[in-house]
Amino acid sequence: MTTRQEWNKPLPTVVGETRPYWESCRRGELLIQRCEKCGEYQFYPRGICANCWSDDSIRWVQASGKGTVWTYTVTYQNRTPGFAEDVPYVLAVVELEEGVKMFTNIVDCNPREVTIGMPVEVTFVRANDQITVPYFRPVGE
Amino acid sequence: MVDLKHGAAIVGIHEHVTRYAPDKSELQIQGESVIKALADAGLSKQDVDGLFTASSSIRNSGMNLADYLNMYPKYVDNTTVGGGSFEFHLSHALTAIAAGRIDVAVITYSSLARSGGVSVGTGGVGRYGHPRLDPSPDSFEELYGLTTVGLYAMIAQRHMHLYGTTSEQLAEVAVAMRKHASMNPEALFRDPVTVEDIVNSRMISSPLHLPDCCVITDGGGAVVVASPEVARSCRHTPVWVLGVGEAIAHQGAGKRDLMYIAAKQSHEPAFAMAGVTQKDIDMAMIYDSFTITVVETLEDLGFCEKGEGGQFVSGGRLQVDSEMSDKLPINTDGGGLSSNHPGMRGIFLLLEATRQLRHQFKDTPRQVENCQVALCHGTGGSLGARHSGGTAILGRD
Ligand SMILES: [Zn+2]
Repeated sequence: MTTRQEWNKPLPTVVGETRPYWESCRRGELLIQRCEKCGEYQFYPRGICANCWSDDSIRWVQASGKGTVWTYTVTYQNRTPGFAEDVPYVLAVVELEEGVKMFTNIVDCNPREVTIGMPVEVTFVRANDQITVPYFRPVGE
Repeated sequence: MVDLKHGAAIVGIHEHVTRYAPDKSELQIQGESVIKALADAGLSKQDVDGLFTASSSIRNSGMNLADYLNMYPKYVDNTTVGGGSFEFHLSHALTAIAAGRIDVAVITYSSLARSGGVSVGTGGVGRYGHPRLDPSPDSFEELYGLTTVGLYAMIAQRHMHLYGTTSEQLAEVAVAMRKHASMNPEALFRDPVTVEDIVNSRMISSPLHLPDCCVITDGGGAVVVASPEVARSCRHTPVWVLGVGEAIAHQGAGKRDLMYIAAKQSHEPAFAMAGVTQKDIDMAMIYDSFTITVVETLEDLGFCEKGEGGQFVSGGRLQVDSEMSDKLPINTDGGGLSSNHPGMRGIFLLLEATRQLRHQFKDTPRQVENCQVALCHGTGGSLGARHSGGTAILGRD
């Protein structure tokens, strides 16, 4: 896990239904949710099953942390502090092995080398004492 | 279901021609637009009993607008689902009129996106001015430097990957819009551009170049919608609402294939209600936030097969003066890519479709020949995350 000096990007707002996710990230683990009733995975985390609308059957499970790039873009312009100085960076949607897609950045590589279908794995960057952010990097780098 | 076809008509329109209005309030632009649209219809303040508006900057927009206009509507709707909000409003106004709740509805919008310096496409979370991220979905998205253009760019990237769509094909959309803008004296950018100019221009978020992105302007407008009885007494030939459909598309808890957009869900009820097919559409107003938006929308509205949008928009097919026998003129005002885009653009789709169906440009190059049926499709939000789609099919007697 790496620590970034002077984090000036937005930080997540943590509430009850999302706290286990952010706490697991702090430990360097990626947890996602699965419904005990219908068996479906879901992302982003929520307090209900978005598939079968059960409100008492969501369980946290450890994701493998591996997936593939579903799509991406190399961003050359973003005026938000924290990103303005990061361009060009890769904004991506990664499809986890469990079948759910999530937004992320592809890091630790040349932005020009990212392709759709590229195998990636989770990596974590510590923002502050409370928050650690999951990113993805090419497998084997 | 109650047959809503011909249940209401657009009887008055006004486009506020400003592209830059630093000295006006948004409410003033709406007020001026409403007054002029009613004059266009031949109606007056006392006739209006329904008020429809959307805003990303005015809080409680329906309530505050009624206050500014000093009116007491019987029916208020400030559904705000991004740029396509106004196609939703037309759908809701039709329903309210057909149910007998109201006789005359006004739909209005304005924005000072340009004079306010809003980075609509590339501002990240700051584009909404929120002080903090919502627990979800913001907290799972905005950490990664999402931009509006980035969310559309990711769809364009995958479209290219799956179907072989090219930057040149996307550029064809922007070239057509600029051609139309050259026929519109109010359009922001009117000088011709070529496919080559576009693919060689600055990349904003790959694979989208600067001219693949809509302009940012101030502006506004209003549309008056009336019952058939009222419509027949108005100044212009009625532009009938033949069919409407609305939809939201989103990530489906992480499992939806977002290559299929809301237009896929919204167009079927609209065509079914209107009793027409894609072949009957003489011109279309397709929300063009980005060039990829037009390609994806044409596919999911059923004008071509999925994946064939790049080919479909090529060869000048979208241009009003195209020689192609199966041409489909799109956005004859120059669209968001060249004419104007004040934050949300859906209302301008209804305005230009109405002008075309009134044959307002008769004997000029901008007029779509023998225009009888037009389709408007508004997209709001972001294709790559969550978005709305409102389809409206309009026709004349
Ligand atoms: Zn379930």
